[in-house]
Amino acid sequence: MGLGTMMAHADDKELTLCWAAWDPANALVELSKDFEASSGIKMKFEFVPWPNFADRMLNELNSGGKLCDLMIGDSQWIGGAAENGWYVKLNDFFDKEGITMDAFVPATVTGYSEWPKNTPNYWSLPAFGDVVGWTYRKDWFERPEIQTAFKEKYGRDLTPPATFDELKQVAEFFQGREIDGKTVYGASIYTERGSEGITMGVMDVLYSYGFKYDNPDKPYEMEGFVNSEGAVKGLEFYKALYDCCVAPGTSNTYMGEGIDAYKSGQVALQMNFAFTWPGFEADPNVGGGKTGYLVNPAGPGGEKFAQLGGQGISVVANTDNMDGALAYIKWFAQKDVQDKWWSKGGFSCLRAVVEDPNFAKSQPYAQTFLDSMAIVKDFWAEPSYATLLQASQKRFHDYVVAGNGTAKEALDGLISDWTETFEDEGKL
Amino acid sequence: MTDTPADRLARATPQPVAKRIRGLSDRAIAWIFVAPTIFLLLSVNIFPLIWTIRLSFTNFAANKPNAEVKWVGLRNYERILTDADTWANMQTTAHFLIWTIIFQVLIGFTLAWLINRKFKGNDLVTTLIVIPMMLSPAVVGNFWTFLYQPQIGLVNYAVEFLTGIPADSFSMLGPGGWARWAIVIVDTWMWTPFVMLICLAGLRSIPDYIYEAAEVDRASKWRQFWTITLPMALPFLMLAVLFRGIENFRMFDLVVLLTGGGPGDETLLASIDLKREAFEKWRTGYSSAYAIVLFVTVFGLASIYVKALNKVKER
Repeated sequence: MGLGTMMAHADDKELTLCWAAWDPANALVELSKDFEASSGIKMKFEFVPWPNFADRMLNELNSGGKLCDLMIGDSQWIGGAAENGWYVKLNDFFDKEGITMDAFVPATVTGYSEWPKNTPNYWSLPAFGDVVGWTYRKDWFERPEIQTAFKEKYGRDLTPPATFDELKQVAEFFQGREIDGKTVYGASIYTERGSEGITMGVMDVLYSYGFKYDNPDKPYEMEGFVNSEGAVKGLEFYKALYDCCVAPGTSNTYMGEGIDAYKSGQVALQMNFAFTWPGFEADPNVGGGKTGYLVNPAGPGGEKFAQLGGQGISVVANTDNMDGALAYIKWFAQKDVQDKWWSKGGFSCLRAVVEDPNFAKSQPYAQTFLDSMAIVKDFWAEPSYATLLQASQKRFHDYVVAGNGTAKEALDGLISDWTETFEDEGKL
Repeated sequence: MTDTPADRLARATPQPVAKRIRGLSDRAIAWIFVAPTIFLLLSVNIFPLIWTIRLSFTNFAANKPNAEVKWVGLRNYERILTDADTWANMQTTAHFLIWTIIFQVLIGFTLAWLINRKFKGNDLVTTLIVIPMMLSPAVVGNFWTFLYQPQIGLVNYAVEFLTGIPADSFSMLGPGGWARWAIVIVDTWMWTPFVMLICLAGLRSIPDYIYEAAEVDRASKWRQFWTITLPMALPFLMLAVLFRGIENFRMFDLVVLLTGGGPGDETLLASIDLKREAFEKWRTGYSSAYAIVLFVTVFGLASIYVKALNKVKER
């Protein structure tokens, strides 16, 4: 079915797109005005703040609600969305319209679109690439008195950290230091308990220390992989970083709190998803060359991975405007639309955009984004991901923030929780 | 024939409604009025309860409508009752419940007793005291999050001022064992006025002549308090405890906003855990059993308490 035919069917109809309430969503509203102009379909948007996003939208999908025609859902939802029939499988549509997944960054295809993973079954079009990385106060790093003090203490130049050990040194160095008459702190990291915060933060470190979700040769066998020696050291490192180097009172912090801490000049280093970076460039306190961007540092063995964020755009199976929703996806997949998407602050996943020779210089963070997207790993995307996630939230927060037990006990407990879930699922 | 008052009364009394609506008796009309309420009660309260009990014996997951639902017998109940985390959450709930009630009753009754003494500006003071309970829990949660913030919060500043302990060296909502007490303080701040109002109603219901008689008998103020004030206000006080007990057993919003259940599971109340099981983990069968366990607990405790309350009222 051609786009024109679909437009004819979709005349006088509306489309509601559901997503989280954040800066990229505002950029999408602007971008979508072009779609409205070209298609005549009126776009409506339903944005929910991140802490309530999963609750609200998964309830909507699960109850067969008709609020959303298009959903930009989190990457972990794909398994459940596919198996429960919430999303439309897009293979036939892609084939008909000549949309190929080879045109998108491979990690985003695997992360946002495929279920089962690594099979050519597509449930979304990669829409917004995102990954956890770090920002640092470049202007502070460049000050001669700070450089001298750092060299005196550690015997090396103050450079953007390339390993987690270096990162901790830098964080320790800045912790409690007075800069411009104000006490500053080392780092802002994820510690949030309620939704997914601390898991995203801890995983961002554990991958590079050797953590694996399961035996690559035997799915769901977790003993020795989740609680490997490296994974234990990684978790201990995260706790040490929390104990030494965060601002007081940051025991329940996620994306928003990290943005606030960094913009207000409270911390030297900040862990956060790449979506925050355009906002920093535009900020009078930390923009204009004051911020540097870092790919997630390497672990002790030199391995380097980063936690995948981001989402794909899917057609909700229950939509009354299937043609209009598919038309939007076809429109969104176009190169010129994706170019504009990037220019407005949306992180395009289209290779033609990100592999353009000019892309890396188009923004101060563009190269870091590219490098980061090449090393991503994602949390379980299983249908039971929410249960698995709640278990890790509990175990990690209990050890890292509350200081209960040991890292080994936390990871052993996690295996126990995850095993029970997979047993309930009939996968073990 | 003489027109008696009884005749006049009979004439003035309207004919039974049923006589004006053909074929309907008074009883039928009563049913017409009552039926919607009964229907609403059955559909909103009773049916969901029965359905929940049924689900509690299955492995049903609400996010997997197409999956086969298996009858698992008492497995969900067995898991809940043998799970150390569940018991830990119940203990956390009990800690919160007991301490909030103790503080709210003591402070609430004291405030009511003070306000009951007539003084200038009495009404203004009463209005000011009840403001916290008029605020939404979302506002209160965010407000106290700022107050507890170690760097800019008033609480840590006050502690530093009074004790010399550096304000940024501890966190009321973070690790260190203060988080449970932090939420007890907030709930007490918010809901003590409620207890105060109920107690005030109780105190104002005591007739003045009883005190006047006590004065004539030269009873001391202390004796008046123990033999008149407290016994006569006790049913009201116990009512306040019942209301607050039930409310705090299902406390959710304030704690989610303040701590999210953390640090670790330190402030994870049973109600928050239940919500996570039901609507985040989507273990519907398990969470139904969990809900039944909590329902039986609160229903059992409330029943015992109401019996005690009735005995006190009968005295």
